[in-house]
Amino acid sequence: MGESRWWLISLAAAALMVVLLTIHMGLMHLTGLLRATGVDLGDVRSFAEVTARGRSVTQLVFYLLLLAAALYHGLYGLRSVLLEVTPPRGQGLISGLVLLAGLVAFAYGAYVTVRTFTG
Amino acid sequence: MRSGGAARLQVRRRLGVRGWIYAGRYGIDRYLYVLQRVSGLGLVLYLLLHIYETGARLRGEAAWTATMALFRHPVFVFLEFVVFAGFIYHALNGVRLMVAELGWLLGAPARPVYPYGSSLSRHRPWVYALMLLGGVLLALAATDIFALPG
Amino acid sequence: MRKQAAPDSAAATVTLRVFRFHPEAAASPRYQDYRVPAAPGMTVLEALVCIKEHLDATLAYRSSCRMGICGSCGMFVNGFPRLACQTQVQTLGSLVQVGPLPNYPVIRDVVPDLEPMVTHHAAVRPFIIRDEREQEPPTTEYLQTPGELEAYLQFAYCIKCGLCLAACPTVATDPAFTGPQALAQAYRYSADSRDWGFTARRAAVDHPHGLWRCHLAGACTEACPKGVDPALAIQLLKRLALAAALGMGRRRPAPLAPPPVAVQRRPDIPAPPPPIVGASPAADPT
Repeated sequence: MGESRWWLISLAAAALMVVLLTIHMGLMHLTGLLRATGVDLGDVRSFAEVTARGRSVTQLVFYLLLLAAALYHGLYGLRSVLLEVTPPRGQGLISGLVLLAGLVAFAYGAYVTVRTFTG
Repeated sequence: MRSGGAARLQVRRRLGVRGWIYAGRYGIDRYLYVLQRVSGLGLVLYLLLHIYETGARLRGEAAWTATMALFRHPVFVFLEFVVFAGFIYHALNGVRLMVAELGWLLGAPARPVYPYGSSLSRHRPWVYALMLLGGVLLALAATDIFALPG
Repeated sequence: MRKQAAPDSAAATVTLRVFRFHPEAAASPRYQDYRVPAAPGMTVLEALVCIKEHLDATLAYRSSCRMGICGSCGMFVNGFPRLACQTQVQTLGSLVQVGPLPNYPVIRDVVPDLEPMVTHHAAVRPFIIRDEREQEPPTTEYLQTPGELEAYLQFAYCIKCGLCLAACPTVATDPAFTGPQALAQAYRYSADSRDWGFTARRAAVDHPHGLWRCHLAGACTEACPKGVDPALAIQLLKRLALAAALGMGRRRPAPLAPPPVAVQRRPDIPAPPPPIVGASPAADPT
């Protein structure tokens, strides 16, 4: 399978993010525009709103998917750049470190999401 | 170091990362590539900070509210716009690249008859269309972030 | 940078600023200016010939056919990789800067060492691979439709001049990258209907420094002097590699032409010589 497999996963993650991240960025950052078009979401970044959202199963699934897709796509891209700019020796170490960073970030993000869900 | 000596001067004119910024008189695609790369690296950095920052909610309402208040500072509002701009560019250009890297929107191979056409020129209208769409989206985002009450 | 005047200084002149480097001299690389008369239609290669003949015999450059076929005279002319024999001096302004191709080691002056390209090119097995025994000696021909020919013909015009690697931003940082020339040739043979070798070729292109390190910067296609369009070939190769990774898109290779029926050899054409390669000793006429 070679490198194709990892690139294909990155492509799939990108396709998923085009949908999920557009929704996320739109709802979190464009509240003013939404209000101007008649959709008032209130203060989406207030503590009450954030914790209330975090208790829904839809949001839990949404955030975990987005977290996984964003971390995979982002860190695969970071690894690509690093493989291109570093000397050939020790590139296994770079891939390992990037993978480790991804796993730690996913574990922390998932922990925060699940803790918010369980309250 | 004259002939006969073992030492020969080595010159390897590899452009290195400098070649991303300026390598010669190339067209727009090469600079879109650099921008895709820079915006991607910026978004990865933002993603990691964002994951860390959302953890503030676990430390209670006071910590969360303090963090959110910090993000209303003009510097962070501007950074929010920069992240948004990076996202719009990376997403739109990325969709174009996904399609093109699978061999679509580039045209079919054709016999090279002078003056040569190329897949780049056949693809160029899509580049301009997406840049136009990106500009519109960026203007909307700027209106929201800087002009409308959030 | 000392200036030297060409013998015929009455004509319109152009200044060539040429990269000078000698590996066995202690001096570091420098640019040297030469003034040469610029006649209409004069190419950069002809200007270099003029310098070598009249001004400075120590100048080294590489050229052979003077007509864009051999790919020897690739140089970095006014910020762009070009064939010196196909670039007219009068299109370049009054100052023409000539250097060796970037991303290669320099042998001397404007002569690059194209060995990195050749190594990658050989690694992708640029020849027709069949799963059965090669026809050696050939007994018949493979059948190919004009449409199947068009699928790869554009990429077969590559002259291995190496300009695309000089233009590529990935090659600029990653010497292990297979590079646009080799990847385009990998597609040229894999897309050939007579070929059955993508499986054998895949290990050479589908690795961490292989085709996925191309990000469609398009510089290779811009630089190609033969209209080969390596960027297009690489994107089509990506599609091929993904299809193979997903187990799709396998096709049977082109069939052998059936033996001719009821055709008589013209009596005035002599018989072919006996095969040299692969012939059994018993068939040896001696």
